[in-house]
Amino acid sequence: MALLEAKKLTMTFGGLMAVDSVSFNIEQGEILGLIGPNGAGKTTCFNLLTGIYQPTSGEILFKGENLRGYKTYEVTKKGIARTFQNIRLFGAMTVLENVLIGQHCRTKTGLFGAITRLGSVKKEEENAREKAEELLKFVGLLEKKNEKAKNLPYGEQRRLEIARALATDPELLLLDEPAAGMNPQETNDLIDLIKQIRQMGKTILLIEHDMKLVMGICDRIVVLDYGKKIADGTPKEIRENSRVIKAYLGDPD
Amino acid sequence: MQVLVLVFINIILAISLNLVTGFTGQLSLGHAAFMGIGAYTSAILTLKASIPFLPALLLGGILAAIFGVIIGIPTLRLKGDYLAIATLGFGEILKIIELNLKITGGTVGLRGIRQETNIWVVSVAVVITIFIIYRIMKSRVGRSFIAIREDEVAAEAMGIDTAKYKVLAFAVAAFFAGIAGGLFAHFYRYINPNSFGFSRSIEILSMVVLGGMGKISGSIVGAAVLTAAPELLRSISAYRQLIYGILLVVMMIVRPEGILGDVDVKIPIQRKLEKLLNKNS
Repeated sequence: MALLEAKKLTMTFGGLMAVDSVSFNIEQGEILGLIGPNGAGKTTCFNLLTGIYQPTSGEILFKGENLRGYKTYEVTKKGIARTFQNIRLFGAMTVLENVLIGQHCRTKTGLFGAITRLGSVKKEEENAREKAEELLKFVGLLEKKNEKAKNLPYGEQRRLEIARALATDPELLLLDEPAAGMNPQETNDLIDLIKQIRQMGKTILLIEHDMKLVMGICDRIVVLDYGKKIADGTPKEIRENSRVIKAYLGDPD
Repeated sequence: MQVLVLVFINIILAISLNLVTGFTGQLSLGHAAFMGIGAYTSAILTLKASIPFLPALLLGGILAAIFGVIIGIPTLRLKGDYLAIATLGFGEILKIIELNLKITGGTVGLRGIRQETNIWVVSVAVVITIFIIYRIMKSRVGRSFIAIREDEVAAEAMGIDTAKYKVLAFAVAAFFAGIAGGLFAHFYRYINPNSFGFSRSIEILSMVVLGGMGKISGSIVGAAVLTAAPELLRSISAYRQLIYGILLVVMMIVRPEGILGDVDVKIPIQRKLEKLLNKNS
């Protein structure tokens, strides 16, 4: 069974069909790329998978369970985490606090626990901090843990978003243009990071325009154009697919 | 002494509004309404049911918190200006209810409430309020409040049930506003609906803005300055409302982070206090 199955996903906004009957599977442990020209419906797909939008029709099965009707925070708890195309960190909070927030759905402290601060609460907080520091070390931001997130340079903000998403302990990680705005060196580091995340046993779906990154690390690629799926295959197959070439470069006629 | 009692009551009001508006980022223009619920509830209980002060005070706070939840659930879907207008409307509705009910004494209000509040009672109440809000803000719950203020979409994507946490912030803030109302009623021994109207809400908001949104120490300073100044300088107290209005505008333009500035100014005693608060209870 695939980790995630999208079946005939359709999303319309008024008269606009942003996603038109798109089906694809994500297998356990793979890196799947989602590409397509601007406006093809990639981010809308992400928003559907994470419950920000409810699909007009079609269904999403995650580990066999239909996600229809679940709110975003519930989807996160089920094991799907994401980053955002236009970075959405909690700017006024520290780097460490951002990652702590990521652990929200895996921790329990409520109002009463916060006020009384009993042993179990303190323990949970300590564990959360330890785990947050581990994740920051993993993405190379541990020395900056006490800085405000908004003061980090762009590339580091992107890495912090990945650490924050990993803190939710996802099985499926959705990365929305993780290399956008990065220089070649940063992109190379990012490729290494994504490979390491896969080695941790996470499954990854990524939207990306940087073809070096997409072709370099994806096991499989799904191509969207005008909301429709036009191709699905290995990087090599996609590179040679005439419909994909046409979508990106236009019709030679 | 009278000024000091009022300063302490206002500190409770400012800190509790700060929880909603400063930390969670939800602009509320109806905070005084919760104060009114606490004031009327506790006053009616001590006056007409002869219930002891402390349980009456707590019940006032709890009823205010329940109202916080009741208005929170439908209105917190609203954002920004719309939420502000809805909370404003809530405050006005409550004032009209207080004006027309028999049990609240209508326009005349309630007189002859027992004198229960003194400087010691309010001191204890302030300390408990600061302690609880501080602890909440330094926890998973408080972090979630701030995350909602910073980016609601991202907060939701990180697994935070934003609707639940917004209602929670409203309920906790309403509880403390209700307590402040009960203290107020049993200090002045007389309340009427005008004590808890829109202008009071704006007064509390001014304290929060002056001290700096999202800072507990800011609310303390803001409440102290704005309460003490008009009381000590009698000549300007007639222009109170005008001053609040000007203050809000000027602060927003010149120093939106509050008089204490962006850095959380730590007076030595505050550092010691924080150490104490962070120690095990």
